Amino acid sequence: MKTGGDFAEIYAEDRRATGAVLDDGRVEDLVSGRERGAGIRVVVGETTGFAHTSDLTEAGLITAADAAAGAAREGGGVVRTISLTRVAAPAPSRVEVLPETVAKADKVALLRRADETARATGGSIRQVNAVYGDNRRRILVANSDGVLASDDQVKTRFAVSCVANGDTGMQTGRESIGATIGFELFREVSVEELARMAAERAITKLSARPAPSGTLPVVIKQGSGGVLFHEACGHGLEADHIAKEVSVFTGRTGQLVASPLVTLVDDGTMTSEWGAIAIDDEGHPAARNVLIEDGVLTDYMWDWLRARKEGRQSSGNGRRENYQCLPMVRMTNTFVLAGAEDPDEIVRQTGHGVYVAQLGGGQVNTATGDFVFGMTEAYLIEDGQLTEPLRDANLIGNGPEVLRNIDVVGNDFAMGSPGTCGKQGQGVPVGTGQPTLRVSALTVGGTAR
Amino acid sequence: MTDRSLLELAEQVAGWARDGEEVEAYVARGRDTDVQVFSGEVESLSSAESARIGIRVVRNHRQGFAYAGSLDPDVIAETLDEARDNAGFASEDEFVGLAAPDGVAAASLDLWRDDLASYPTDVKVAQAIELERSVRAGDPRIRQVQAASWGDAAVSSAVATSTGIRASVRRTACFLTVNAVAGDSSDTQTGYGYSVGRGPSDLDLDKAAADAVERATRLLGAVKPRSDHVTVVFEPRITATLFGILAGTLDGESVLKGRSLFANRLGEEVSVPGFTLVDDPTDPDAYGAAPFDAEGLATRRNVLIEGGMLQRFLYDTYAARRAGTVSTASAVRAGFKSGPGTGARALSVVPGSESPDEILARIGDGVLIQSISGVHSGVNPVSGDFSVGAEGMLVRAGALAGPVREFTIASTIQRMLSGVVGVGSDLERLPSSAAGLTLAIADIALSG
Repeated sequence: MKTGGDFAEIYAEDRRATGAVLDDGRVEDLVSGRERGAGIRVVVGETTGFAHTSDLTEAGLITAADAAAGAAREGGGVVRTISLTRVAAPAPSRVEVLPETVAKADKVALLRRADETARATGGSIRQVNAVYGDNRRRILVANSDGVLASDDQVKTRFAVSCVANGDTGMQTGRESIGATIGFELFREVSVEELARMAAERAITKLSARPAPSGTLPVVIKQGSGGVLFHEACGHGLEADHIAKEVSVFTGRTGQLVASPLVTLVDDGTMTSEWGAIAIDDEGHPAARNVLIEDGVLTDYMWDWLRARKEGRQSSGNGRRENYQCLPMVRMTNTFVLAGAEDPDEIVRQTGHGVYVAQLGGGQVNTATGDFVFGMTEAYLIEDGQLTEPLRDANLIGNGPEVLRNIDVVGNDFAMGSPGTCGKQGQGVPVGTGQPTLRVSALTVGGTAR
Repeated sequence: MTDRSLLELAEQVAGWARDGEEVEAYVARGRDTDVQVFSGEVESLSSAESARIGIRVVRNHRQGFAYAGSLDPDVIAETLDEARDNAGFASEDEFVGLAAPDGVAAASLDLWRDDLASYPTDVKVAQAIELERSVRAGDPRIRQVQAASWGDAAVSSAVATSTGIRASVRRTACFLTVNAVAGDSSDTQTGYGYSVGRGPSDLDLDKAAADAVERATRLLGAVKPRSDHVTVVFEPRITATLFGILAGTLDGESVLKGRSLFANRLGEEVSVPGFTLVDDPTDPDAYGAAPFDAEGLATRRNVLIEGGMLQRFLYDTYAARRAGTVSTASAVRAGFKSGPGTGARALSVVPGSESPDEILARIGDGVLIQSISGVHSGVNPVSGDFSVGAEGMLVRAGALAGPVREFTIASTIQRMLSGVVGVGSDLERLPSSAAGLTLAIADIALSG
């Protein structure tokens, strides 16, 4: 390895993916794809040069390396010889059945089973879309600090979306599952059950009334609302936002930033979870990082670049979508630990409010802390009871305020549906989880007068 | 690789179709640069070339697709084999098939700028640094620039089929984007500015900087408004997003599959007489202009809503055959990892006669929306439910009053269309599949 920079890195990736879509009662498409290539990063001072290539021949790699070094304004000429040391990393998720060894017909059969079950769930189900996907991503990272690390990440997922028709128009219901394991996922998870849940969600919403408009207590069911923390504070605890002072959590370590009931963890080592990795995309071992402990901010999440500036170690959060992207600070599996309260009691103690049973995605402005997230299954709470279902709406809040307003945390816990987190155009798989909990005041963006 | 050699490559792959088989090959090569600056220094500079191929095979009315991120001969052969194999697992559908030439002539569009290809990297870097400097110098209340960047891309692509399609196109684009942060730790606001063009001479750095500064600073001191039902005035950037959502509900495939709000409403009044929505990729000024659609058919002007009446849905070849009509040449590719689907490229609403200020003066009281969030989580194009987070300015007695933040606006797509009370004259070309203009909509629920 030759470099005139402070740091040089090569990241090589070979990814194969298969996807199958059933829509409108027909298997429409089976898609398979392959991408392989390398990204080369050279850092000189504060400047990172980056180039990537799908040409993995020596000539192709040298061209890319020259481009990256040129981009980083390489001083030129200095030759350093580096001895590489293989990084000891947590064991990757165990894969029992590699999806590439499974017949395509077996993957397609899952789709048909989901379609049949969803349609049989109720006469109002008019449309079913089922998606199967698997991918295998093999990565190798070597850098001028002597790191040599590799990982073999296999992920499998399945999703069902239904449309129900009624007097009030059309409604939708969706359910999905994803894990960092192989085709054995379908031994543990029944696609029929997913299909039934998606169909029932759509049917239930046919009788939904418009969501309230205004500020109310909101109870969030276990496993459904991890995205709230992902948006309310997860992004704001990424060290790149901190370094630029564009996070409301800048300079707040050691301070109480949330209700003392909140302990927030980001953990890439949760084997088989959707956001699980053995190493991050900079070759650093995944880790369990406590971000907020009993309401006190303990640490941010770090990648190599931002950790270097602070003279500390990466926390294993340097990730990238693929070899064509620079790594940056990203979450893995982010979750809140269980508390003490009986979840049913939380609802009973809530006189009038909203119960959210499923959340969709969300979005945050880290500089202001304002964030939104969408509810895709929700009910009105009246006199401590769940009553009518509510139509879809976004909720809006401010991260630090919402964290302080968490006034009760349940003794249950579940991880949620697989998510794709988008940041600066890059999508990476992330997991979220939380116990049932209540935010004492949150703005519900419905239309009801 | 030149356009000609890309087209030849696509034709070569299409020529490998066996008896009883249709093959479509899409091939592309691109080159892009991305410069990020921070505090007057280059934070990162990326440059790369990419290649991609997507192959569709149709046999016995079954379709298979495969893609790869390389144009190496062995990869192409493997991709074709995979697509061929995949076709065997799809359901039989009599309407599945590739496009065939339909005699419509392609618009002559010049989407390529040679001066971008020869634009020196150090000038790109200097532009990004100057953009950041202008924002910092633009107002003493700007305390940070979260990101300032230069980006450019040059892409050549070609589509050929065994059914006689041959089409190629090349295009360039460049962008300056900046995100300004104003205020102090007790009151921080952000504003986004950008400029986009096909070549460097189209860019307006000063406007991008001024937009970011104005948007961030005018929100300082923003308060959470009280819940109410109000008239909302959307800025052009927002309406471009809204028109994109609307077009998604007018897609012929969604109509056929019972997922469109407007399925049985062709010829009916869905909006006000002053609202005409057109998708015209042949318009050279549209950012999404393109001579061919993703299946290689010449694009055409499609009027979707005319004077408030629903006129047409968008179709690709499959949806058109199934609906018993002809393609509107509206096939689009969402990246290269899937086959073509239906979508709009160059939407715009026919401008009205009032300026934005005249609209504000006429509506009197309401809220001007400068940014929205949570579109993917709060807009359901099937049920029509619409709920998004928003920031903007109160409008009192026809003029901008104080800034507001942390609220949502909600309605349904159907009600918003029929609630249009003002269409601005300020058509703005935006880097998306839609142009925007100022649009006022009455009776929207604001939750604060």
